[in-house]
Amino acid sequence: MAEDTGTSAGMPQLDFSTFPNQILWLAVTLIVLYLILSRVALPRIGSVLAERAGTISNDIAAAETYKVQAAEAEAAYHKALEDARSAAAKVVQQARADIQADLDAAIAKADAEIAARSAESEKKIAAIRESADAAVADVARDAAREIVAVFGVIAEAAAVDAAVDQRLKQGAA
Amino acid sequence: MAEANGGLVIRPMDQFEVRPLFGGDMVGLFTITNVTLWMALTVVAVSLLMVVGSRGRALVPTRSQSMAELTYSFIYKMVEDVAGRDAVRFFPYIITLFLFVLFANLLGLIPFAFTTTSHIAVTAVLALAVFITVTITGFVVNGAAFLKLFWVDSAPLALRPVLALIELVSYFVRPVSHSIRLAGAMMAGHAVAKVFAGFAGALGVAFVIPVLAVTALYALELLVAVIQAYVFTILTCVYLKDALHPSH
Repeated sequence: MAEDTGTSAGMPQLDFSTFPNQILWLAVTLIVLYLILSRVALPRIGSVLAERAGTISNDIAAAETYKVQAAEAEAAYHKALEDARSAAAKVVQQARADIQADLDAAIAKADAEIAARSAESEKKIAAIRESADAAVADVARDAAREIVAVFGVIAEAAAVDAAVDQRLKQGAA
Repeated sequence: MAEANGGLVIRPMDQFEVRPLFGGDMVGLFTITNVTLWMALTVVAVSLLMVVGSRGRALVPTRSQSMAELTYSFIYKMVEDVAGRDAVRFFPYIITLFLFVLFANLLGLIPFAFTTTSHIAVTAVLALAVFITVTITGFVVNGAAFLKLFWVDSAPLALRPVLALIELVSYFVRPVSHSIRLAGAMMAGHAVAKVFAGFAGALGVAFVIPVLAVTALYALELLVAVIQAYVFTILTCVYLKDALHPSH
């Protein structure tokens, strides 16, 4: 390997004549960089990150609140449903009881009416039977008078009647 | 860097030379050099990421804003986790170091670029700045109790002076290892890449082999560039933790 003659024969890193120049420019660079970063870039990025973290935690808190609200709403819904169901059951019960009462009343009324009518009917039947018995007695008296007349016996009408009535009473007894 | 004077001439270290940008040979204190150019580009790149990227301030970030925020959160969390909550006031300082090293490393990987962090002058200043900051912070926060860092209470009494000596040496070696690790990693990778690239020019048809090697090496260097920036930053946080909480 052929080496060049002169200063660059060794490592340029150890050429101390360039050190002041490098150190000066390094100092300038670092100071400029530090100012740019600490004055402009870092506060800006820091605030953006903080703002984002704030937004995210706010959103999470809001989501938490909404979740709780949703749970409450669900509980309220279920409670309302339960209340409505029990109210409906109560209404049904009430209606059933009312209907039963109405029905009982109607049945009692109908029974009473039926009893009244059958009593009236029995009374009529009894009246009819009585009148029919009276008619039979009349017919029997007339028939007995006629029969006695046909046999040519002149009998007392009242005696014949009394005899017939007596026979009728015996027949009925 | 191919053939010259009949021999294979590969000068892998030429890429590290500090040269004036606008003619002349002398590198004075205020000369505008390739160092100036690439450090300025580092500032531009960092500004593009952190300032232009976060310009939207959107609640739902764009891609570039997301990258800026990820970088911010990554370093913030590192400072908080490694150095403690009270180290957060050093966060702007630490992220400045991180972004400078990261972008200097990454920009150095562009072909024909100049890697500012491959120079011990640069990394030594960075490491010394950390060392001085940490030492001053240690004494300001803890007073003389900061010296307890070197006095291991949990060790047997007889061992303590020995341990104190070791701790003291290791404390002062920190800036050396801190700076040489970074400069060495940057320099070695770039030099090796240059050597392989030189072979590619000399080997004719077989150039494929060194090109593949350079490709693989480049991927590795990309990793190294990021890891070294990370290591530099996390070590800064570790040192800061020692300064803020010197008890072991």
